[in-house]
Amino acid sequence: MSVVDVREAITRAHHDEWAWVVAALTRRFGDLDIAEDAAAEAFATAVERWPVDGVPPNPGAWLTTTANRKAIDRIRRENQRDGKQNEAQMVVDPPDPPAPIGAIDDERLRLVFTCCHPALAMETRVALTLRMVGGLSVPEIARAFLAQESTVGRRITRAKAKIKAARIPYRVPSVEDLPARVSGVLAVVYLVFNEGYLATGPDTDPVRHDLTAEAIRLTRLIRALMPEDGEVAGLLALMLLTEARRTARVSASGELVALNEQDRGAWDAALVAEGHRLVRERLAAAAVGVAPGRYQILAAINAVHTSAHDVRDTDWSQVVALYDQLVRLDPSPIIALNRAVAVAETDGPEVALAAVDRLEDTLAGYHAYHATRADLLRRLGCSQKSRAAYDKAIELAGNTAETAYLTRRRDQLG
Amino acid sequence: MQYLVSVIADTAGLATPDEMAAIDAFNGRLQAEGHWVFAGGLGSTDNATTIDNRSGEALFTDGPFLESKEYLAGFWIIEAADLDVARGLAAEGSKACNRKIEVRPFL
Repeated sequence: MSVVDVREAITRAHHDEWAWVVAALTRRFGDLDIAEDAAAEAFATAVERWPVDGVPPNPGAWLTTTANRKAIDRIRRENQRDGKQNEAQMVVDPPDPPAPIGAIDDERLRLVFTCCHPALAMETRVALTLRMVGGLSVPEIARAFLAQESTVGRRITRAKAKIKAARIPYRVPSVEDLPARVSGVLAVVYLVFNEGYLATGPDTDPVRHDLTAEAIRLTRLIRALMPEDGEVAGLLALMLLTEARRTARVSASGELVALNEQDRGAWDAALVAEGHRLVRERLAAAAVGVAPGRYQILAAINAVHTSAHDVRDTDWSQVVALYDQLVRLDPSPIIALNRAVAVAETDGPEVALAAVDRLEDTLAGYHAYHATRADLLRRLGCSQKSRAAYDKAIELAGNTAETAYLTRRRDQLG
Repeated sequence: MQYLVSVIADTAGLATPDEMAAIDAFNGRLQAEGHWVFAGGLGSTDNATTIDNRSGEALFTDGPFLESKEYLAGFWIIEAADLDVARGLAAEGSKACNRKIEVRPFL
């Protein structure tokens, strides 16, 4: 086996097995810190041994066994140091037999729910999930969120300590808590996705594919663990249909390309097809009376857009109807703003502008509010007002591609 | 595992009769389900005295150790298997006493 093959095998094992190794060890030793360290050591050992010994026939089992041994070594060392000879007895029993498939899913699901526990701050949940479930290193997470490594490290250390001291349980929530807890998990992965899709900061790429890909990978895992959950399917579809447009969304010169100007032939057909399949699955569920949640409706809106081979074929009345459904579920001003964009296509820019202007009180600090107004004013021929709105939008936008796009639109005004 | 469930108030005044009735019902449930360890309401922070005897010479200060708009109005000590159970109980406690609640594990 070549060096490249071994390296690929290690990368694959890291993708496929990291969460399971951490989960299995957390279950066994009741301690995330021990599990994380031992998993990291096991992978480091694989990097050393596999090029020499070859890739083991069952990498997951090899990694779990190795990590188990590392964890036991650490506990023995600590017990010796603390003079706790009796407790050392606890850890000499042989490793567990290989777990059946269903049990692996349960273990990983426990890990996901613990990392996304509502008693942890949102940014802590994100960091912990990327580390424990995604297997990203602390420097990788820090880079992803433009944070200091020491800050991310402290956040994770503090979270592990709180989970232990406050006894945040390591289990899948009860049936009555499940919907709220699942939406908490989805909020974490969606935040990771959006940070990738609309990366902020003057020196970052406008789209961070590493983050969008990681968010999709995590959501696929969650989907595999909870195949019956409609919102999980909805969020995965939403991400896939958004990701499908990624390359068409930024021009060669690094400028944002609006949906109505994108080269639709450049969309990723496989991702679109997969997203559409998931949306159809949820539509079938809705047809038999399962009310869709917000991610499913957002996915359906994206499915309408990605079904039109030409922007002129877009079924805007369907888009407005879906936004109406979404507004009933989530009456937030941002949803109302997006609805107005669709209303401009069905009822004209004047009606849309009136709807947008009503949102000024809550959205005056949001760049998309001003960008939407600017575009509607431009279409109504109010160049001067449009220019002022573009100025405001450019001032507030944090994404380099968006700033470039808005600047060009402003400079094109007559 | 025991948790301190603190009641945080930001306005002066004792519990209303309705709140008292809800707190009594909640206490009854804690006792019936084996979560009850202890609970009590506290007098006004105006009546607090802060004492510092670290130097061997006790220093008495008239008032609470921390001057803030929010203050500790009472507490429960509950027995719960884990934070999810404690959180669930605290959420009900917050509703019963109509005040904000902090949950903190004992060592």
